[in-house]
Amino acid sequence: MTSIGEFIAALGHYNFLQSALLASVMVGIMSGIIGSYIILRGMSLMGDAISHSVLPGVAVAYMLGINLLIGASAFGVIAALLIGFVATNSKLKNDTAIGIVFSAFFALGFILISMAESSTNLHHILFGNVLAVSDRDLITTIIVLAIVILFIVLFFKELLITSFDETFAKTYGLKTGYVHYGLMIVLTLVTVSALQTVGIILIVAMLITPAATAFLWTNRLTTMVVLASALGALASTIGLYLSYTLNWASGPAIVLVAALIFLGSFIVSPKQGFVTKLMGVKNA
Amino acid sequence: MLKIKELTVAYTSTPVFSDLSVAFSPGKITGIIGPNGAGKSTLIKGALGLIRRTGESFVDNQPVRRVRRKIAYVEQRAALDLTFPISVFEVVLTGTYGKLGLFKSPGQTERNDVMKALEQVNLTEFRNRQIGELSGGQLQRVFVARAIVQQADVVILDEPFVGIDMKSEEEIMHVLRDWRAAGKTIIVVHHDLNKVANYFDDLLIMNHGIVAHGPVSDVYNKVNIQQAFSADLSAVLFTETEDVS
Repeated sequence: MTSIGEFIAALGHYNFLQSALLASVMVGIMSGIIGSYIILRGMSLMGDAISHSVLPGVAVAYMLGINLLIGASAFGVIAALLIGFVATNSKLKNDTAIGIVFSAFFALGFILISMAESSTNLHHILFGNVLAVSDRDLITTIIVLAIVILFIVLFFKELLITSFDETFAKTYGLKTGYVHYGLMIVLTLVTVSALQTVGIILIVAMLITPAATAFLWTNRLTTMVVLASALGALASTIGLYLSYTLNWASGPAIVLVAALIFLGSFIVSPKQGFVTKLMGVKNA
Repeated sequence: MLKIKELTVAYTSTPVFSDLSVAFSPGKITGIIGPNGAGKSTLIKGALGLIRRTGESFVDNQPVRRVRRKIAYVEQRAALDLTFPISVFEVVLTGTYGKLGLFKSPGQTERNDVMKALEQVNLTEFRNRQIGELSGGQLQRVFVARAIVQQADVVILDEPFVGIDMKSEEEIMHVLRDWRAAGKTIIVVHHDLNKVANYFDDLLIMNHGIVAHGPVSDVYNKVNIQQAFSADLSAVLFTETEDVS
């Protein structure tokens, strides 16, 4: 295992490693931000569904030679609309609708990808290949990060109230559907960026694990969002270091680090209170 | 003044009520009573357009969907996520969102309004608490404070006194009476028949439609309660002496 010093030296030498680190950190930040809203809205499963549902969009974009973001967003939004349609127009529960739609989309995507040209590596799409981030990918990621930040700053009030008390939002005339689908669009953009670092299958971990960790430490939404993005960036950095030095796949490495940070927080955070409860017992 | 015109709501093929029309007067506290499942909350949600319905409702002769900000609605408490990372102050601040509209953040004026409202419901010292750390009564007062901040002409509360302490109940009644003095239209869905005469000016008695509507002294009697609830309950509540009047 290389030391941290050697890792930093390698960062200075290799462009691909710099790009990888930049992309991972940005993806960590944006997924921490959006993930905070996803978990507060009780939409973890929806986050997983949307990230899987962009696969056919990725395939179609490759086939037609159009921008990945456009193809993926289109399919992400179609999936979100379909899920909403099935849930409201049948007696099925929401999670059932989600399960049907996203598995169908994922299956379709799998077949389309195998039909697309051979250079698209399914394994990399599913599990990420951060060491192959191109300059164009990097620019796309920067744009998505800007969109995410702009979105939550401009619609801070609307995101807060629809997450906390949707009925109230409706009574004062807010079109809560627009907020929901806006969030779904931004979520698909984040998904496409995260494709490179952690891959489709593990994106949900980047969305919910740092956000859930942050939730354990704070009672303020803004703090939660900032902390979640910081934790996402931290997990990405450490994960990338492990990936580089131990030759692990980048996605699983990043996700495992995020999970370990969560585990530590789960044990010691004051809100969860395992340690404080134990001390309380001793004091009593 | 809130006017409901020919409102019909059906969750299944049988409507909860049909073609219901009623007008709530300003400067009065109107109680809505009726047995479980009589359609009290449904009437409110239908009037607010929160559920599928036919018919229309108006505030000052304008359709509700155009003047939503003239109505403040305090929902039954159950549905909210009490672990949400939000403080008492921030919950009350969301009452200013409707007036602010898109892209505007609450400023000093809004914050001052929130502080005043918190003072009115005696929650100033709890303003930085996470909402899960409050008692049922304190939580209900938070939502009443939010309704204060909304500065609406019509205020609707759905079972505000369920599961709360006496002190909170009195403080909320105090706010309701202040609103009445300010000429607002106040509507309270209520479950406890005992306090009807103390709390309300007008009464809407429901059982899948209107049984009676008018001043408490006119409509709160043995016949109407018997029709809406049961003969037994009616007999317990109204003794012979009261019946004479």
